[in-house]
Amino acid sequence: MSILIDKTTKVITQGITGATGLFHAQGARDYGTQMVGGVTPGKGGTVIDGFPVYDTVLDAVKQTGATASVIYVPPPFAADSIMEAVDAGVELVCCITEGIPVLDMVKVKQYMIGKKTRLIGPNCPGVITPGECKIGIMPGYIHKPGRVGVVSRSGTLTYEAVWQLTCLGIGQSTCVGIGGDPVNGTNHLDVLRMFQEDPNTDAVIMIGEIGGTSEEEAAYFVKEHMNKPVAAYIAGVTAPPGKRMGHAGAIISGGKGTAAEKVAVLEACGISVAASPAEMAEALLKIYKP
Amino acid sequence: MNIHEYQAKAILRKFGVPVPDGHVCYNSAGAREWAKRLGDGPWVVKAQIHAGGRGKGGGVKLARTTDEVRNIAREMIGMTLVTHQTGPEGKLVTRVLVEDGCNIANELYVSLLVDRATSKVTVMASTEGGMDIEEVAAKTPEKIFTEAIDPLVGMTSFQCRKIAFALGLSGKLINKAVALLQGLYTTFLACDCSMLEINPLVVTKENNLLALDAKFGFDDNALFRHPKIGDMRDYDEEDPNEVEASQHELSYVALTGNIGCLVNGAGLAMATMDIIKHYSGDPANFLDVGGGATIERVTEAFKLILSDKNVKGILVNIFGGIMKCDIIATGVVEAAKQVSLKVPLVVRLEGTNVARGKEILAESGLNIVSADGMADAAQKIVQAVKGAN
Repeated sequence: MSILIDKTTKVITQGITGATGLFHAQGARDYGTQMVGGVTPGKGGTVIDGFPVYDTVLDAVKQTGATASVIYVPPPFAADSIMEAVDAGVELVCCITEGIPVLDMVKVKQYMIGKKTRLIGPNCPGVITPGECKIGIMPGYIHKPGRVGVVSRSGTLTYEAVWQLTCLGIGQSTCVGIGGDPVNGTNHLDVLRMFQEDPNTDAVIMIGEIGGTSEEEAAYFVKEHMNKPVAAYIAGVTAPPGKRMGHAGAIISGGKGTAAEKVAVLEACGISVAASPAEMAEALLKIYKP
Repeated sequence: MNIHEYQAKAILRKFGVPVPDGHVCYNSAGAREWAKRLGDGPWVVKAQIHAGGRGKGGGVKLARTTDEVRNIAREMIGMTLVTHQTGPEGKLVTRVLVEDGCNIANELYVSLLVDRATSKVTVMASTEGGMDIEEVAAKTPEKIFTEAIDPLVGMTSFQCRKIAFALGLSGKLINKAVALLQGLYTTFLACDCSMLEINPLVVTKENNLLALDAKFGFDDNALFRHPKIGDMRDYDEEDPNEVEASQHELSYVALTGNIGCLVNGAGLAMATMDIIKHYSGDPANFLDVGGGATIERVTEAFKLILSDKNVKGILVNIFGGIMKCDIIATGVVEAAKQVSLKVPLVVRLEGTNVARGKEILAESGLNIVSADGMADAAQKIVQAVKGAN
């Protein structure tokens, strides 16, 4: 199988009665994902557009057998929703919500230690295994089933990379958006490790951006532990220091986290780095023959 | 979001962190009056702007008499202060902080921030107070001591003592440091800070600790639960275009080039700036219109971009996912008409309903150059801007 999700994955939507939650639950169902219900406290027992609604995540999990959840709950309440899903034993939680206070995420991270849940996001597009299961807000049709894994902090840049691959006839195994926040559930390295172990992934495109050191840590892993070709692109070469570029985590602070620094480390670790965002698929083809 | 030093000290005082007595003043007579009320002096008069390095630029001065306080305040209020953080244009001083002077025996450094690598609040401390900490980190990293705080346990006394010993403190100062550090941690949590820096933290000749300067950064995502902190925002300290953008939920950062960018998604917006540079152009801004770009938002975005007089051309780069390209195209056409666009406009559309979107652009009768892919779009706008010069 691919990583994280496949056609057998059953998914519930936290915040399903909100406009965004319902819209994307319908989109995922149309794609073929097993969207088995949703959670909105106080609206348990109702049904919305064919989706049964439960009061608690635990209820929803017991009744539907779901192993994954996707969160569209507004930022002030989203951290609580993540912890509720963790408490209910959900294996995979994708938090799409943008704008969660960072200290809330600091608590969530600590709360999750020793628990079995994997958190993707927050502030991310979600995860898709093309042709099998889509959890999140990405447009399904740009993807094509195949053997290249994609991992990225940015949503639209993931689409860009996927589209470049699809246009060249190259399909994807799984695409993971890890999100643009400084404190998140899963980083580049975690996803690379999964791709390395996945027999259905042959190569990887990793997309990063300024801020933090997640890309560098992933690059050292590639050098030491990966035998699959990895191409990359780092956004923000022209970003001025000290200015937040949209994403909460995209900031060069204290002279750390510049694109140039990241590109140098990635190249030194044998990663094929695209010179421009239009050349992500090309950069992969330099080191990988599908 | 940032605040002024006098606001920062008022917050610290509330949480029991020792700071010098002082008051903000908007005119020289007020400054003299407040100096009298504070006591016998000497006093320090400090220009209040959101930038560091004020001392070197003449924004921090010592006064021995109340007349001197008045004279210094008169000079400072209305002056344009230039420091290494303000840029060459400097910042206008509209207010000063008048505070008690103190007898400094030693200057230290303490800051708290959220460390991304450990996902924990981390204290950084150094004996090199009063210095640029980035320089200390680069040249003598061994002089910086760090301690991560368990978010579920909080800051323990033994951790505070560890930091105090690392700062070379001893005797009665140890317990004073424990109280001060716990006060800082409480402040950090209570205010949803992203950064809290005390530089310098001074040891006085009377063997007390005082936060002589204070710098706060707040998590914008958490401001909804701190309306009083939100009220401290000083719009005069921010780029007017960035303030305007935030009111329309646009994410905008001004740069110095001449090609305006309008993009959906933060990552793609950064990548668009980069590819313009890659083809030897110069981006004028970062602008993310977000996922729900309506006609109104696209129009506001256009106005914002065009308010920058350096802009000689605009590149629109949209990867329509959930957002349909025909809707974006309609928005772009409407906006271009409303602002009677006179500079070259290159539009790259990709994604849902792209064919219809391109038709709408072509049928509009406007001078819009359509592009296929990011590389093509960047080359076309760079070419168009060069041709115009």
